Amino acid sequence: MAAPKKGRKAPGGQGRPGRTLALMLVVMAALVGGMFWSGETTPRLGIDLAGGTTITLKAEAEPGKESAVNETNMNTAVGIIERRVNGLGVSEAEVQTQGRENIIVNIPKGTNSEQAQKQVGTTARLYFRPVLNVLPAGPETPEPSGSPSASPSGSPSASPSGEPGEQATDGKDTATAPSGSPTTQGRAVTGALKAPSPSPSGAASGQPESSQSPAPTPTPSGTATGSALEQQFAALNCLDPKARANAGKDAQPEQPTVACGTNSIGGWEKYLLGPAEVDGRDVDDAKGVLDPQRGIWIVQMDFTSEGAKKFAKITGKLSQQPSPMNQFAIVLDGEVVSAPQVNQTLSANAEISGNFDQQSAQDLGNILSYGALPLSFNVETVTTVTPALGDEQLKAGLIAGAIGLALVVVYLVVYYRGLSLVALLSLLVSGILTYSLMSLLGPAIGFALNLPAVCGAIVAIGITADSFIVYFERIRDEIREGRTLRPAVERAWPRARRTILVSDFVSFLAAAVLFVVTVGKVQGFAFTLGLTTLLDVVVVFFFTKPLMTILARTKFFASGHPWSGLDPKRLGAKPPLRRSRRVSAPVDPKEA
Amino acid sequence: MSRLGNLGARLYRGEVGYDFVGKRKLWYGISILITITAIVGLAVRGLNMGIEFKGGAVFTTPKTSVSVAQAQEYAEEATGHPAIVQKLGNDTLRIQVSELDTGEANQVGRQLAEDMDIPAGTINAELVGPSWGAQIANKAWTGLGVFMILVVIYLAIAFEWRMAVAALVALIHDITITVGVYALVGFEVTPGTVIGLLTILGYSLYDTVVVFDSLKEGTKDITKQTRWTYGEIANRSINSTLVRSINTTVVALLPVAGLLFIGGGFLGAGMLNDISLSLFVGLAAGAYSSIFIATPLVADLKEREPAIKALKKRVLAKREAAAGRGESAEDGDVEHHGRPQDARQGEATAAGAVVGQRGRGRGRPSPGRRR
Repeated sequence: MAAPKKGRKAPGGQGRPGRTLALMLVVMAALVGGMFWSGETTPRLGIDLAGGTTITLKAEAEPGKESAVNETNMNTAVGIIERRVNGLGVSEAEVQTQGRENIIVNIPKGTNSEQAQKQVGTTARLYFRPVLNVLPAGPETPEPSGSPSASPSGSPSASPSGEPGEQATDGKDTATAPSGSPTTQGRAVTGALKAPSPSPSGAASGQPESSQSPAPTPTPSGTATGSALEQQFAALNCLDPKARANAGKDAQPEQPTVACGTNSIGGWEKYLLGPAEVDGRDVDDAKGVLDPQRGIWIVQMDFTSEGAKKFAKITGKLSQQPSPMNQFAIVLDGEVVSAPQVNQTLSANAEISGNFDQQSAQDLGNILSYGALPLSFNVETVTTVTPALGDEQLKAGLIAGAIGLALVVVYLVVYYRGLSLVALLSLLVSGILTYSLMSLLGPAIGFALNLPAVCGAIVAIGITADSFIVYFERIRDEIREGRTLRPAVERAWPRARRTILVSDFVSFLAAAVLFVVTVGKVQGFAFTLGLTTLLDVVVVFFFTKPLMTILARTKFFASGHPWSGLDPKRLGAKPPLRRSRRVSAPVDPKEA
Repeated sequence: MSRLGNLGARLYRGEVGYDFVGKRKLWYGISILITITAIVGLAVRGLNMGIEFKGGAVFTTPKTSVSVAQAQEYAEEATGHPAIVQKLGNDTLRIQVSELDTGEANQVGRQLAEDMDIPAGTINAELVGPSWGAQIANKAWTGLGVFMILVVIYLAIAFEWRMAVAALVALIHDITITVGVYALVGFEVTPGTVIGLLTILGYSLYDTVVVFDSLKEGTKDITKQTRWTYGEIANRSINSTLVRSINTTVVALLPVAGLLFIGGGFLGAGMLNDISLSLFVGLAAGAYSSIFIATPLVADLKEREPAIKALKKRVLAKREAAAGRGESAEDGDVEHHGRPQDARQGEATAAGAVVGQRGRGRGRPSPGRRR
């Protein structure tokens, strides 16, 4: 036997296990190196494990609406704040009401608490702004693509004035001027009046009403702001989450602004928007309903009487414009949630139709109603909190987990003997990869490791180990067939590989669906599960298999040493079908 | 290892085998019994929803030197519910307990003040709303629904619809049992529990798919032979992956058992109990159902198919004829455990060549099937 260490590679294409293994180690070293280099040597811990900051908010009703501080509104506010603090990903903040008029927000350590404070402290700002220009999210390529579209029972407005190119320029002009120049706005409003509109007010009285806070600021700065805005618009990249979050965050309602939003197929688009014409408080009620006649989901809006006037004005004006300027954007917290086209003048109640399903129609309905929330919040206190899971509990948990893991090691060693080395090394590699990726991704996507995520990781031990076990059992079956180790390792692989891929796919599917559909803690858990499942496949393919191939060449394993876990005799191998010798005798690899 | 390894070898060769499929009525019965118990438990006792879902009372103490653990003990004693205690930045404590109304909260506040030796009335008691809103829970349910639909589609494509149905039944079985155990034990349901349940959903299917993969391989050319019925081959498939199933289950359960029994039992890690219990029950149920429920169910469904029915008839007829001719009991041994040793060689060749159970590298899957 005397297995030749090198040189004689089996002719069957088993790749270059050494190279794969080396590559894997390099990747691992790079990840660990990156972890130390970036200084993120520990995963960010969730609020239940590490504590964080707690912010207490006190609700204040607007004068004259004291009854607004009630349970329904408070719960709605919790929904909005939750949306905001968890909006960017899996930061896992907790939001709950306390007492009658307080909301507490718990934010995990490591989150920028000042920013968070700013986020939660402000009321939801909902505005309806005319769309001046729409572009795809990234770089240029002007193409005012398929936007949400189509408003009710269309009498397509007839104003074929000029060709699109000119109109775009017009749009820019309006963008440049409106912040200050009353003339432009005046013209716009006059334009609206031409439409068959129930709107009673004349051009003169219309103007102050139309921009929601009457601030016809002096003209001079107007142009400067405008061109700066133009540049900002050109530079805006909505594919970048950070830029997206900042776009239009601090926009004043009476100023034009830029913003990002998704279109009906979920792609990002950037918008250049005019001054707000109607704001959230003008919406009386909104809900997503199924239109029984057309069988589609629409959003119905009811305006207050004042809001109805304003809305009639903006829609009357917009319906005269060519696309894309006949859209109004519904902007919540600086993000365009929808930008329907307007085909006719609308007043007290309007409906938005488009590519809605039940979920998106109801979501938009909620958002529109939220904007009408007559509450504002003041930050009462900001203070640190210790983890909800006490120190001692955590320690107990860690000890218990360690004992459990030790038992796993013992079991594997007893059962698989030499092979357990492969299993344990693979588990170790997988652990290192998981840990370093979690640490690196912490800041990148706001991932925080919390107790549920830890549980996901613990279960992942089982799923990861299962891949090895499936493979080992296949190898052993091949040996029982009377094969020697090297062909057994190669023959077992394709079948084990299929099982591993098919089953890991199911697990990954679970993780992906949960990640997409859910929020907060569940999302964090789904992320852990998905990550570990992917890593399981990576480890098995690029570590376990090559390692097994290499080990199969060593004397210890190939000869079926009793401690290798691959002793044909112990495995009960039967004599090779078409061979005369028993396998338990040292095997000549040439025979394979 | 040697004993189990030996067992593995004998299982592999079919020398020993446990008749999972033949006794399926028994397993179905057991499962139905457990499931009914779970449902009754759920209906009678209901689930004990935690503060994250229902809200509760929060007590804020003035500056105090009482430790977090101590405060937790007091609070749990005073209310009988698990308490979440956090220390705030200014050395005050925030104690949250579920299921208290205003009256009870005030009483508990006084009790706590007494226990902690601080002036009564300085403890502030207020009701808190849920931090895990209906919205999050709803989204979790939506996710569950979407996932189930996708999985059924995937399994129907990768395997076949019968297996998809069986896997789904097994999944619902596992989740019902786990939820039922929660109702019966009376542990509070926390977000951790929900997440534990979601984990089970992934794992239960994962485990089922591994067994199905072997079943699919075993039954590839089933209609081209007349030796075994579908049910028997399904049984063999389970047996040949049995060692894998046992090992995987042990490896997956050990860390969770560590958390549950050592962590929760001896060291008293309250919050960990919720998660580890749901994981433990769910993982165990998942491992059980893939062998005892899912696969026999597939065999049941499959044997309704005309081709497979005809096969069964042929196989039985052949056995009868063989028995009539007074041949060895080998072929007629429906249960096929404890098959005579001398028949081994022939059996192996037959199974290997006809059923394709041993696939000698030629049974490579078509690439389309992978992912």
